[in-house]
Amino acid sequence: MIVRALGVLAAAALLLVPVAGIPYTTTLLLPAFGYAIALLGLNLLFGSTGLLSFGHALFVALGGYTAAALTSRAGVRSLEVLLLAAAVTAALVAVPVGLLCVRYVKIYFGMLTLAFGMLFYSFLYKFYTLTGGDEGMRVLRPVLLGQPLQHLDKVAFLTGPFYYYALGVLVLAAIAMRRLVRSPFGLALRAIRENAAKAESLGVSVRRYRLAAFVVAAVFGAVGGVLLVVPTGLADPLLAYWTHSGNLVFMLLLGGFDHFLGPVLGAVVFILLQDAVMSLTPYWRFVFGAILAIVVIFFPRGLMGLLDARRAPAA
Amino acid sequence: MTALLEADDVRKFYGDTCALDGVSLRVDAGEFVSIIGPNGAGKTTLVNVLTGLTPPSSGRVRFKGVDVAGAGPVRLARLGMARSFQLVTIFPALSVADTLAVAELARRGRSARPFSAVSRDREVRAAVEDVAALFGLGDKLERSARTLPQGDKKLLDVASAFALRPEVILMDEPTSGVSTADKTVIMETLVRAARRMGIRAIVQVEHDMDIVFAYSHRIVALHQGRVLADATPDAIRADADVVATVLGIAKTQGRTEPGRV
Repeated sequence: MIVRALGVLAAAALLLVPVAGIPYTTTLLLPAFGYAIALLGLNLLFGSTGLLSFGHALFVALGGYTAAALTSRAGVRSLEVLLLAAAVTAALVAVPVGLLCVRYVKIYFGMLTLAFGMLFYSFLYKFYTLTGGDEGMRVLRPVLLGQPLQHLDKVAFLTGPFYYYALGVLVLAAIAMRRLVRSPFGLALRAIRENAAKAESLGVSVRRYRLAAFVVAAVFGAVGGVLLVVPTGLADPLLAYWTHSGNLVFMLLLGGFDHFLGPVLGAVVFILLQDAVMSLTPYWRFVFGAILAIVVIFFPRGLMGLLDARRAPAA
Repeated sequence: MTALLEADDVRKFYGDTCALDGVSLRVDAGEFVSIIGPNGAGKTTLVNVLTGLTPPSSGRVRFKGVDVAGAGPVRLARLGMARSFQLVTIFPALSVADTLAVAELARRGRSARPFSAVSRDREVRAAVEDVAALFGLGDKLERSARTLPQGDKKLLDVASAFALRPEVILMDEPTSGVSTADKTVIMETLVRAARRMGIRAIVQVEHDMDIVFAYSHRIVALHQGRVLADATPDAIRADADVVATVLGIAKTQGRTEPGRV
C-alpha cells in the first residue's frame, strides 16, 4: 500500500516537473524514462526468470538505431511508427539470439549475452557506410501523434510534448509489465527461476518460456532505446557498449529487482544521482562503484526493498 | 488389454556403466507398485526413463500404448503422467497457492496467457484450494514454500504433481527425508488424494520396507540393473533370494542411515 501511494505521488510529481519550469531537471529526466522502460524488460528476464543479461544494451541500441535509420534515411517521422518498428526489429533479432542464449543459465547466459552485445557494438563501429561508425547516426525530431510542432524550439519540444509522451509510454509499459508479471505467464517464469526442473515436470516448457521472456525484454529495451535517442538526437555505438549494459544492471540493482516498479525507481535515481555526483567530482565512477557495493551488500532488494520492507522477497 | 505404463527390455548405459540391464515391467490401472532395491540398483534411473527424462539406450517405454522413450516431462505431463523427486523439489519463494497454480494452469493449457491475472482465475483458484485441502495445506495457501516444515514441503512437492491430475504418478521416495511419524501421514494423505483425484496407478521408489509392504499391490525388486523379482508383497516375503539380497541390504540401510535424505 505504501508503495502504491508513493507510486501515485511520484507519478504526480513527474507530471508536474515541466510545469514547475526547470527545463534542466525536465530534460534530465527524459533519459530516465527511456531507461525505465528498458529496465522493466530487463527485470522480466532477471527478476522474474532469473536470467541476468549483460547485453541488454544491444536492444536499447537496436531501438536507437532503428529510430535513427528511419528518421534520417527513410524519412519516417511518426514516433508511433518508430516505436513499433523498433519493437518488431528487436523481436526479430531477439528470437535467434535468444534461442542461442537461453540454452544456458547463470554466468554462461550472462557471458553469451555480453558477447552478442559486443558483436553488435563492433558491427555498429565498423560498418561505417551503414551505421556511421563512431560518429553514429542522426535522429531527427519525430512527429508525435501526427502533430508536427515545428513552431517549438528543441528545448520546448523536449520539455513539453515529448516529456509527456515519454512519460505516457512509460506508464503504458509499466501497466503492461504489471499485468504480465501477474499473469499465468509471469507465474510460469517465476516457477522457472525458482526451480527449472520442477517447473518442467509440472508441464512448463522451460526453454520456450525463457525465450519468450528474452523477446519481451528485447522489445521493451528497443522501445526504451527509441525514447533515449530522441533527446540527444544521436544514435552512437556506445549505446551497445558493454558498460552501457552494466549501467542497466546497476540501475536494476539500485532500484530493486523483486518489485516490478523497482526498475523505474532505479532509472530515475541513477540519472539524478549521476548528475549530482558528476557535478561534484570527476571521479563519479568511483563513487558509483562504492554505491553499487553498498547496495549489493546492505540492500540486496534495492531502494524498493527499503520502501516496501514488509513484503516477502521475490514474491 | 494394453498396460497403462510398460517398459520392455530397457537398457541404460552411462559410458561403460550399465545402470539398467534389460528391465521389463508393466503397470496396470488400479495398481500401486513399489520399486525396491539397494543403492545403485537403478531405481532412480528407471523412474527417469519411465518419465521420459532420460532416454533409454535401448528398449521401449510405452504409456497408454504410445512410445514415450525420451519424450520429456512436458509432453508426458500433457499425456497424463506426473512425477515427484527424491529430494524435496519446490519453488522456495512461491506461495503454496502459486505452486499448485503452476500445475493447475499447465494442465488447462493456460500457462502461456500473458495478460489475465492468476488471482482472478476462479476455476484455478478453486482447484488449488481443493488440492491443498486434500493434502492438509488448506490453511497455508499464502505461505511461501520455503517457510513450511519439512513434512509439508514434501507434501507440497507431491501435491503439485497430483495437481496435474495425471493418470499415473511416479514418486521417487515420497517419504525420504521426513521423520518416521510423518511417513505414515504422508502415505495416508497421498493414497487418499490419489483415490479422490482419480489417479489410476501409483509407482513409487521406496526404501522403507514397512511402507512398501503396507501399501503395495506389487513389488518390483531391482538388483544391479535387473529385475530380481516382480511379485505381490506376500510372494516377495517368501522369496529367500530377494530377502537376502534386497531386503537384507535395504533393512540394514534403513537402520544405519537414519538421517538419510
